[in-house]
Amino acid sequence: MPLSPDDVRKVARLARLAIAENEIAPTLDTLNRTLGLIDQMGGMDTAGVEPMAHAQDVSLRLRPDAVTEPDRRDALMANAPAAERGLFLVPKVIE
Amino acid sequence: MSRPNGWEVVIGLETHVQLSTRSKIFSGASTVFGAEPNRQACAVDMALPGVLPVMNAAAVDKAITFGLAIGAHIAPRSIFARKNYFYPDLPKGYQISQFEIPVVQGGTITIQVGEGEKAYAKNVELTRAHLEEDAGKSLHEDFHGMSGIDLNRAGTPLLEIVTEPVMTSSAEAVAYARALHALVMWIGICDGNMQEGSFRCDANVSVRRPGEPLGTRREIKNLNSFRFLQQAIDCEIRWQIEQVEDGHSIQQATVLFDPDSGETRMMRSKEEAHDYRYFPDPDLPPLVIEPARIEQVRATMPELPAAMQARFGADFGLSAYDAAQLTASLGTARYFESVVAAAGAAQAKAAANWVMGEVAARLNREEKSIADSPVSPQQLAGVLARVADSTISNNIARKVFEALWNGEGESADAVIEAQGLKQVTDASAIEPIIDEVLAANPQSVAEFKAGKEKAFNALVGQVMKASRGKASPAQVNELLRKKLGG
Amino acid sequence: MSATVASLAADLAAGKASALELATDALARAQASTLNAFITLDAERTLAEARAADASRAAGKAGPITGIPFAQKDIFCAEGWRTTAGSKMLGDFIAPYDATVVARGKTAGLVTIGRANMDEFAMGSSNENSAFGAVKNPWDTTRVPGGSSGGSAAAVAAGIVPAATGTDTGGSIRQPASFCGITGIKPTYGVVSRYGMIAYASSLDQGGPMARTAQDCALLLNAMAGFDERDATSLQREPEDYTRDLEKPLDGLRVGVPRGWLGDGVSADVRAAVESGLAQLEKLGAKRVEIDLPYSQYAIAAYYVIAPAEASSNLSRYDGVRYGHRAAEYKDLADMYAKSRAEGFGPEVRRRILVGTYVLSAGYYDAYYLKAQQVRRKVAEDFAAAFKVCDVIAGPVAPTVAYKLGEKTADPVQMYLGDVYTTLVNLAGLPALSAPCGFGEGGMPVGLHLVGNYFAEARLLNVAHRLQQVTDHHLKAPGGAA
Repeated sequence: MPLSPDDVRKVARLARLAIAENEIAPTLDTLNRTLGLIDQMGGMDTAGVEPMAHAQDVSLRLRPDAVTEPDRRDALMANAPAAERGLFLVPKVIE
Repeated sequence: MSRPNGWEVVIGLETHVQLSTRSKIFSGASTVFGAEPNRQACAVDMALPGVLPVMNAAAVDKAITFGLAIGAHIAPRSIFARKNYFYPDLPKGYQISQFEIPVVQGGTITIQVGEGEKAYAKNVELTRAHLEEDAGKSLHEDFHGMSGIDLNRAGTPLLEIVTEPVMTSSAEAVAYARALHALVMWIGICDGNMQEGSFRCDANVSVRRPGEPLGTRREIKNLNSFRFLQQAIDCEIRWQIEQVEDGHSIQQATVLFDPDSGETRMMRSKEEAHDYRYFPDPDLPPLVIEPARIEQVRATMPELPAAMQARFGADFGLSAYDAAQLTASLGTARYFESVVAAAGAAQAKAAANWVMGEVAARLNREEKSIADSPVSPQQLAGVLARVADSTISNNIARKVFEALWNGEGESADAVIEAQGLKQVTDASAIEPIIDEVLAANPQSVAEFKAGKEKAFNALVGQVMKASRGKASPAQVNELLRKKLGG
Repeated sequence: MSATVASLAADLAAGKASALELATDALARAQASTLNAFITLDAERTLAEARAADASRAAGKAGPITGIPFAQKDIFCAEGWRTTAGSKMLGDFIAPYDATVVARGKTAGLVTIGRANMDEFAMGSSNENSAFGAVKNPWDTTRVPGGSSGGSAAAVAAGIVPAATGTDTGGSIRQPASFCGITGIKPTYGVVSRYGMIAYASSLDQGGPMARTAQDCALLLNAMAGFDERDATSLQREPEDYTRDLEKPLDGLRVGVPRGWLGDGVSADVRAAVESGLAQLEKLGAKRVEIDLPYSQYAIAAYYVIAPAEASSNLSRYDGVRYGHRAAEYKDLADMYAKSRAEGFGPEVRRRILVGTYVLSAGYYDAYYLKAQQVRRKVAEDFAAAFKVCDVIAGPVAPTVAYKLGEKTADPVQMYLGDVYTTLVNLAGLPALSAPCGFGEGGMPVGLHLVGNYFAEARLLNVAHRLQQVTDHHLKAPGGAA
């Protein structure tokens, strides 16, 4: 089913991507064509097929519980757009 | 307000238990509480470009421990998924959590609700317990109108423990939360520190008329004390009943409890309906738990409270109440067992009385945990032994305990010796004291002779006092009666 | 021809060249180049690395490739280097840590000449999606070099560097290798660590080497591959020497050619070049067998569900809070997120985020994401069945030679269709390479696509190496385009 302009707005909102009104129509067009490509899967019967989430059939490796990471705060925060007293700053968070 | 008239209350709890691992669930950063902001957030916790999660074995073992403790199914294969949402304290823009297939499935916790005659036991069925990572913290104090983000907590391992909606009052919810709190500390998976956020409850509350289907629930988030849990649920029940009785319908919502106003309010960040877009985390293959790992964990688990209570009853003849008191925490139970081991099973009842009485009272007064008790189980056993062989009276025993508590001696014997507290049983030593007391209290003697038994007790007390407590009370009684010709 | 890793390694070992000389020359070529193959050059860092390599050689600690200059795809975090992933979002991002591939390269003594240009977050097949401008194909500067590892391929093809790193999520090593006439191998998923490699689609991404020859790729892969405890999908295996089977004869090698892969979907020039490559293999003793990969026709659809889905989540961390672009003006937190992300990401990345968000959203998960995972299983089973009757699978890498810059930018879906032979390999997690097998329209190079069973890297490199011993396509260089 093709997307509507409202679907585009909704998905953009979910993805936290600002989208101007004049971008909606072209975006809708490419998304619909991409979904057209994707919809080719519909032609395939996959009933009962076990989904494959990973490229390798391995199980999770477990790491020993040890502290291995030193404090590197200054280096790790060097790229922060806004920081003060060791905190990242963002516009007021309202819970 | 446990059962409001004409209404049924349905409560389910989701509890976030921080697992007491040294390092984080997916990184090697420390989990110690209280560091300066972001000093315990490594590249993985900050979600720098390119970093990847690697699972902590201890978090898995602690989840298995919990599953075994509540008789749950330990999933041989469970899946980590991504829960996608944007929030500044969630650095990756998704939380790694178990969704479709959690590691712990089912299980039961038995709770004791109420006191006295109205007390009853109830089995609370659990839906699941799953592993996930904690988020960071937003600090709302003012930074030029902005919030500060501290990611030290980000990546701390959590076990989210979810009950079925089976509790019917705030009292049941609190009893469950307390039982769970005691259990997770007992089995050593959580430090239980509620002020530091190690144990946080969300309550799902709905009301309905008896026989009707479940009402719409509202979720009260982040209750970090048992008192707030109780208040918040009661307030929410009251509010929901009022709403429905006034003809309004309840909308599903996430709310916060404000203890100051005693009211719940909608969370603004949750106003928008969420679409978390869960999908299996491609960075983390399935968690496979072999039976051998479960048995390894089982072998290291402490005896569980219920089993221990039964054993205390059978082996030591303790009442169910005493057994429950002594197993309130693993530390208390271990202390008690050490006292009995040193003093002998015959002293079990006396040991129980001391542990629940004097020891608990002193610890409580000084806000100490039993692990930090200045009087060791062996020292306490020494005190009990001297009472048992009549070297000292119970009153003197308290003095000896006090002295040991204050570090005035190495052992009960040393204190008794040093302070000359040995009970006097030699009649020739007691009789002169009695004579002195009788001479000094003619009034009491007269009253006793006039038939007032109370006066006798006063005289016994005077004699005990004069002997500085060392005289054997039984012997004083006997000699005094003889002297008074009673 | 330009020097190879093997020939430079011999010169370095014989004392005929120093790492510093090689680096200085390579830097000069990079600076003079107009291909836009590099996003960042940092002469000071490069020369420091070169001096360290020389010092290590002087101390008798040199390994087989110590001192070799190379281009690092700008997707691997390298401490102190600007690491952009081709995005404005990370335009000022200085990585504070080393990717495992970077650390292993340092240990091996490789010298970073610069940070290779790429499609933004590795999303693209033409390198036109880079925030730092398109890369030109050295064979014809009006054409694309392929993508997403377009800067890497162009830098090697132009002789600026003898080698480069790349990453391959749906063909991003093989297709630019094919378009630029070099050799590039995508290893088995889990062989090269993904730690520090900026994620596009985590279950498909795999790093690998790009160079002129299969032998050079083997030498580089020796340095790149290996278990990494920082990557939960890294496979715990004994280290391999990927050069060990290079000289093995191909007698009796069963080369499977999927039915339909050399049909109407592929242009005549590409078909002819691939056929000539296959004929060479037969001359070397290989046997050609027809195989069927019936589900491969659905692979591209499944890929364009799974990759965007994972990407939409992987790219959520770019929110302007801890690093990366933050919008200059916003009214509140939500506005800051939306504007920072809309400004920081280019159109193709935004498109894929939207597609990925949509296919995971409530009500569509089963029809899209789950279905794609089921297709993925069937594709992997197809390959498993095929490898019962053949040892390697061969065919084209892409339906055409490199196309003109701008030719396919108007219609992203047309561009996606160019990935028809490559994405299925990533879905299955198999190793595959592209090796030059001839030239097509406009004198543009064509690559032969070789796909192996899990952990058959040494076998694939062996086949390509034998082919390169009897052909000279890989030795031809574009005329002075660098």
